[in-house]
Formats: sequence, structure tokens, C-alpha cells
Amino acid sequence: MSDTWDFEARLRQALAPVEPPADLELRLQTTLGSLVELAADELEGWELRAIKDPRNWPRTVLGPAAAVVVGTGAAVGLVVLRTRGGRRGRRAQSRNALELAQKTVRDAGREALRVFQDIAR
Amino acid sequence: MEAASDKARLDAAFTDLYRAHLRDVYSYSYYRVGNHHDAEDLTEQTFLQAYRHFERAQRESQGRPLRPWLIRIAHNLAANYYRDRSRRPQTTIDDAGALPELHTTESLVENREDLNRILACVQQLPDDRREALIMRFALGMDNREIARALGRSDGATKVLLHRAIRQLEELVKTEAGTETV
Repeated sequence: MSDTWDFEARLRQALAPVEPPADLELRLQTTLGSLVELAADELEGWELRAIKDPRNWPRTVLGPAAAVVVGTGAAVGLVVLRTRGGRRGRRAQSRNALELAQKTVRDAGREALRVFQDIAR
Repeated sequence: MEAASDKARLDAAFTDLYRAHLRDVYSYSYYRVGNHHDAEDLTEQTFLQAYRHFERAQRESQGRPLRPWLIRIAHNLAANYYRDRSRRPQTTIDDAGALPELHTTESLVENREDLNRILACVQQLPDDRREALIMRFALGMDNREIARALGRSDGATKVLLHRAIRQLEELVKTEAGTETV
């Protein structure tokens, strides 16, 4: 027991804590301080650059507008396609051109309503 | 405004942390890498990494001491250091010989040979045993702290320490025996 105790005491002596160099704490403090400032400056600079740079405008402003335009175009295209699909049936049921036009407008309205209900879902 | 004061509070807490544990991290790094230059680098890297994750660590520690967390960061970085070093030319004997240069007071000089032998044998131990001994004897960490730093249970850590001391004692005896022959 006493041998082990002696050995542990010697081990403690051998592995004595090592004092860091005097300038290490200061250097660390400076490095950390610089990092914090750098991060704040960089963030601020990036935000300003992002606002000023026209290349970033599409993402922030034009992006949603473009999405609305593209989306609306696609929906209208779908209505036209679906309305055209029933063209033969309408032609067979219509007695003249006026009646055909009326049926086409009515079907287009019905298809438009369906497409926008699908989008809303 | 509130976020700014939170940040200031966090920075102040971090300053306290590194002032309190700079010596621990440095000692650990030094005994792991064996020279002052790399120990300084490792210490710096440890605190930089700790700073990045400090907020989360503080939140998750639930008031427990953060020293094991810091030492765990140093431990992981030291593992990377060894991995990188294995790709480069082997460490020179001067690096390994740098350890005993620390103990320069007169009382230590008297036991210098003995202590040098112990340190040399510490370096021969398996990694986990060597680290446990450094944490216990150089940093004065208790079993629970060492367990947290190494990611082991308290019981497993106790066994690890016991075996490390036993193995080291045997190694030192063998070394002393061969030197006197």
C-alpha cells in the first residue's frame, strides 16, 4: 500500500502541471477578440453588400414575383389543355358556331375553377 | 438589445472559463504532444473550438463543470494531431526528450532520473491509460470528470486508472532493473 502511495506521489511529481507561456493568455484573448469583431463586421458587410448587389435582388424580390408569373402561366396552360380535350364532344353537341363558342367558354370556366381548386389544396 | 447583452454575458463567462482552465488545457496538451510549440497550438485550437460551441455546452451542462468538456476537445484535437503527424516524417528524439526539461527546481533535479524514467514509461502506455493518468495526476481530475472527458462510465474509468498505475509501476520497475544491470 505504501509502495503504491509512494509511486503515486512520484507520478504526481513527474506529471506536475505545466505553466503556459505568459503571453499565451494574452494571445488567446486577442485572437478571440479579433474573431468576434471579424464575425460582426463580416455579417454587417455581407448584409449591406447583399442589399446593394443587384445580383441578389432576384432571390429576394424578383424570385417570388417570377414564381407567381410562372405558376399562373402553367395554370392557364392547364386550363387551355383540359378545355381543348373536350372539343370533339362540344362540336358534336353544338348546332352552330355560336352554341359551340358558348359551350367552350362555359367548359373553360369550369376547368379554370378545378385547376385553381387543385392549386389551393 | 437583449441579444447583445446575452452575447456580452456569454463572452464574459467564456473569459472566466479559459482563465480558470488555461493551465489544465496547456498541461494536458503538453503531456500529450511532448513539446511547447505544439502544445501552444493545441491549446489555442482547443479554446477556439470551445468558443464556437460554448453556448450549447453551457446550456447542456446544466451547471456541471465544463473542464471535462474542454479536455475532451483537446483530446480529440490531439488525436487529429497524431493522425496528421503519422503522415509526416517521424518525431525526432528531441521532441520526446523535451518533457524532462520542465522540472528545473533543485528538489526535482535530485529525482530527475527517477522522474524521467516515469515520464518515459508514461509515453509507452496505451493511449487511454496514458490520458487517464495525465488527467488524474497532471490536472487533478476526479474519476467522474475523467469519465466525462473520456466518454466512459465511472466504474470503467476507475478500473482504467487502476490498471494504468499498475502497468506503469511494472514498466518503471523493469526499466530501472535493466538500467542497473
